[in-house]
Amino acid sequence: MDGNNAKASPSTPPWSEEAERPPLPPRPSELNLMQLTTSTSNASRPPTRAGLVSGATTAVSMADVNSYNRPDGSKELRVTPSRVSSSPSIRAATSNKTSEIGEDNSSIRSYAPFGRYIQDTESIFDGEVQEDQGLSSSFSDGMFEDGPDSFDDEEDVDFDKEFDDPDDKIVGEEMAHNVWKSKRKHFIILSAAGKPIYTRHGSDAVISAYVGIIQTIISSYLDWDDQLRSFRAGGVLFAVLSQSNLFLVGITSLPESEAQLRVQLEALYMQILSTLTLPTLTHLFSVRPSTDLRRPLEGTEVLLSSLADTFTRGSPSTLLSALECLKIRKSHRNVINTTMIRARVDDLLYGLIVAGGRLVSVIRPKKHSLHPGDLQLIFNMIFEAEGIKAGGGDSWVPICLPGFNNTGYLYMYVSFLDMRGDQAREMAENERIAKEDSVAIILLSANKEGFEDLHSMKNYLVHEFRRNQSLRIIHAAVQAGRPAPTDIIAGTVLRHFLYKSKGNVQFFMPSYSPNFETLKQRRRLMSLYHHLHASVHAKHAAVKVHHSVGTSATALAWVTPMFELYCVASPSTSRNALAQSVNKVLQWVQREEERIFIIGGAVF
Amino acid sequence: MADQSSAPKPSSSVKLVLLGEAAVGKSSLVLRFVNNDFQENKEPTIGAAFLTQKISLPSRIIKFEIWDTAGQERFASLAPMYYRNAQAALVVYDLTKPTSLIKARHWVAELQRQASPGIVIALVGNKLDLCAESSGDNDSAADSPADAEEGGAEPGEAEPTDNGDARKISTREAKSYAEEEGLLFFETSAKTGTNVADVFSAIANAIPETSLKGSRGAAGGGTQAALSGAANRADEARVNLADRAKQKSDNCAC
Ligand SMILES: Nc1nc2c(ncn2[C@@H]2O[C@H](COP(=O)(O)OP(=O)(O)OP(=O)(O)O)[C@@H](O)[C@H]2O)c(=O)[nH]1
Ligand SMILES: [Mg+2]
Repeated sequence: MDGNNAKASPSTPPWSEEAERPPLPPRPSELNLMQLTTSTSNASRPPTRAGLVSGATTAVSMADVNSYNRPDGSKELRVTPSRVSSSPSIRAATSNKTSEIGEDNSSIRSYAPFGRYIQDTESIFDGEVQEDQGLSSSFSDGMFEDGPDSFDDEEDVDFDKEFDDPDDKIVGEEMAHNVWKSKRKHFIILSAAGKPIYTRHGSDAVISAYVGIIQTIISSYLDWDDQLRSFRAGGVLFAVLSQSNLFLVGITSLPESEAQLRVQLEALYMQILSTLTLPTLTHLFSVRPSTDLRRPLEGTEVLLSSLADTFTRGSPSTLLSALECLKIRKSHRNVINTTMIRARVDDLLYGLIVAGGRLVSVIRPKKHSLHPGDLQLIFNMIFEAEGIKAGGGDSWVPICLPGFNNTGYLYMYVSFLDMRGDQAREMAENERIAKEDSVAIILLSANKEGFEDLHSMKNYLVHEFRRNQSLRIIHAAVQAGRPAPTDIIAGTVLRHFLYKSKGNVQFFMPSYSPNFETLKQRRRLMSLYHHLHASVHAKHAAVKVHHSVGTSATALAWVTPMFELYCVASPSTSRNALAQSVNKVLQWVQREEERIFIIGGAVF
Repeated sequence: MADQSSAPKPSSSVKLVLLGEAAVGKSSLVLRFVNNDFQENKEPTIGAAFLTQKISLPSRIIKFEIWDTAGQERFASLAPMYYRNAQAALVVYDLTKPTSLIKARHWVAELQRQASPGIVIALVGNKLDLCAESSGDNDSAADSPADAEEGGAEPGEAEPTDNGDARKISTREAKSYAEEEGLLFFETSAKTGTNVADVFSAIANAIPETSLKGSRGAAGGGTQAALSGAANRADEARVNLADRAKQKSDNCAC
C-alpha cells in the first residue's frame, strides 16, 4: 500500500498517511462496559475485538445499539457479502484506525477508481440491494429510535444562549449554577491529580464541586486497574479521555455518540499538545504531578473554547474527519499550485492558501503529508479565534502539529489577504474580516528564523496571484459561496447533503441556505447528521445504507469504501425521489470532482 | 502603498519591538498607532505579529517595522529573535498593575544586556484612561492632550473603582526609574489614543541619524521588510529540510 502511494504521489492527498505518522501517545487498552454491551447485544458478529479496539469511532453507545436493533419491528435487511475477501484491509482500517483524527486516510488508494465504482452501484435504489466489491450492504428504513422527538425537543432550547457565560458576580451564585446546568454541552479538562485546567462554562467556584466528583469517579476506576470511558445518565452522555496525566471530559445532552464525542476530546487534547508538545507536557507532570497546567496554557483558553464551540454548534469537518475545499476550476487551481511551487523558499515545509476555512491550495514536500487534525488546529487558530485574525499584519507563530510530530515546534507564517474591492490588495492592517471572506496565506517552516524568507515568499505570491488573476478568481469563488442544493441539481428534493471522498480525506457540502440559516436550524441538521453517521459507523458496521423517515426530515446515509454520503430531504419525500437525488448528487460529484476536491495537491 | 516617489524626503526603516507582560496593551497600542482603532476585548497575541507604519518627520520619513510580541511567559524565549536587531524598543506596563512594572524592568535589563548597544528604549505606562485626571505629579508627557480624532472614545468606563482611579503605579516612580536608565517615558491610553502617536514620534526623533539606514528601494517586493538579520542568515550554511525536520524538536516556546 505504501509503495503504491509513493508511486502515485501526484494523486495522493497531501494529508494522507503517506509518511509514517509519529505515533500519538499510546492509549491503554481498555475494557468498556458500553462496548461489551454492544458486542453481546449483536450476536451476528463475533465479539472478539470489542475489548481490544481502543477508542474507535465505531464504538457505540447503548442508544445507538438500540437504533440498530429496532424494537418497533421496522424491517431490516442484511446482505451477507459474497466477496468479503476482496476488501479485508478496508475492514481493518475502518474498524481499527478510526479513532485518530485522521480517520480513514490510508489504505484507500488501491480501490477501484471512483468513477467505476459509482457506475457499479448507482442503481442501488432502483430495485434490489446489490452487493459490490465485497461490500456488506444492508438497507433499513424506519424511524430514528428517538429521532423526530428529540429533534423537535431542540426547538424549545434557546441554543443561542449556549455560548453566553454570565459573570457570577453579576448574576449571583445560584443563578450561575443554574446557567451552568442549562448548557447542552460541557468540556472539562483536569489533571490526574484533580486540578481543574479548563472548562468551557462556569467559573472555578461553579465547577469545583463537579471537578471533584469527576476526579473521584474516574480515579476509582483507575484503582481497579480499569478505565472509565463513558456512561449515560438521564439523557446525558459522559465521555472521558485519559491522556498524559490529563482527563478530558465531555458531557453532552445533544444527540451524538460516544465515539463522536471522543473525537472532539481528542481534538482538544491535540490543541494542548499543540501549545506545549508532548515531551513538555510529560515533563511538567513527571517533575510535579500537582502542576497547575493553567499557567503554561495561559492564553490558549480561547483556542480551546473556539474548538469546543465549533463542536457544540456541530462541525461537518470534525464529524467526517475531513477537510473542505474552495470550489474552483481545475486549471485555476493548477495555476495557483504552480505559482506556489515556483515561489517556494528553501525553508518551506508546507504552503497553504485557505479561504475562510476552505482549502484553496496546498504544497508540501514529497515525503511529508499533512494531517486533517493538524489542519483543524491551524484553521481554528486562524479563522475561529480572533488572536491572529484581529492582530493585523503578519503573524509568526510557534506551533506543534501533533499529527506531524508531537515532540517539537514548527513555525507558522500567516498573512491575510484583503479580498474586497475590485483590485484585491494586501490586507490593510487590523481591518476586521468575516471568517467566510478571509483568505490567508499560511506558510510553515521548521526554521524558527524563517520569517524573513517566508515573508518575501508571501510578497512574491501576492504579486504573482494578482498578475495571473488568481486573486480575482479566489475572491469570486469566496463571494459566490457554496452552491445551494438546487443550484447543484435543479429541483432536487434534497435540502442539504454531506459528501465525503475518503481517498481525498475531503468533503463537500452545499450552502446551508435556504433551509438551515439559523444557528438552531443548523444544529438540528448537524444532530441529524450525527445520528446518521453513528448509525452507519456503529461497531457492527454491517449497515452501509441507512434510510430514516422522521416527522422533521427524511434522511439517508450511504457508506462505501470510496465515499460517505449523508442526505437530508423533507419528511414527505418518497424513497424513490430520494434515491434519484442521491444518484444525481453522485453524478454531479463525479463530474465536478476536480473542482470540489484537491486531488493530490502540489508536491516538491 | 509604498509610494515613495511623491515624497522627496529620504526614507528609512526602523525596526521596533514591543515587549511587556501579557495584557498590558502592546497590541492595542500598535492597533491605535497603525489603524487608529481600539478593541475592548482583544485576544492575546500568539507568537508575534509584524506590522508596518510610516511617520513623517520634518527631515525624513520613518517606516516602522513593528514586532508586536506575545507577553505570555511561554513565548519569552522567542523574544531575542525579535529584539536582536531592533533599533527601538517599547517596553510596556499597565499603570493599574504593579507586577507589570517589575516585568518591564526585567525587559529593560535584558535589552541593555543583549540588544544592540544603540537601541532606543521607551518605557510606556498604558491604560491611562483608567487613572484619575491628575495623579499629583503628572507632568509633560502625560498631560498632553489626546489625539484630536479621539473625541468619540468613551472616557474610562472599564475598571470600576470607587473614585474612578485604578492607578497603582505613580508617575513619579516610573519616571525616575526611566531617567536613571536613560529611557524615554510616556503614559498612554491605547483606548483613548492619549500620547500614542507621541511615543512613536519621540522614538523616531531619538534614533541617531547615523544608525538610520539609507532609503530602501521599493523594487523587488521581497525586500520590502527585510530585517537586518536577513543578510546574516543568507550566509549561514543552508540545511536541507530533512535535517531541519530532525532539528525541529527544540522546544523554544516554553
Ligand atoms: N482601559 C484600557 N484598556 C486597554 C488599554 N489598552 C489595552 N486595553 C485592554 O487590555 C486588554 C489587553 O490588551 P492587549 O493589547 O491584547 O495586550 P497585549 O499586551 O498585547 O497582550 P499579549 O498579546 O497577551 O501580550 C484588552 O482587553 C484591551 O482592550 C487602554 O489603554 N485602556
Ligand atoms: Mg498582544
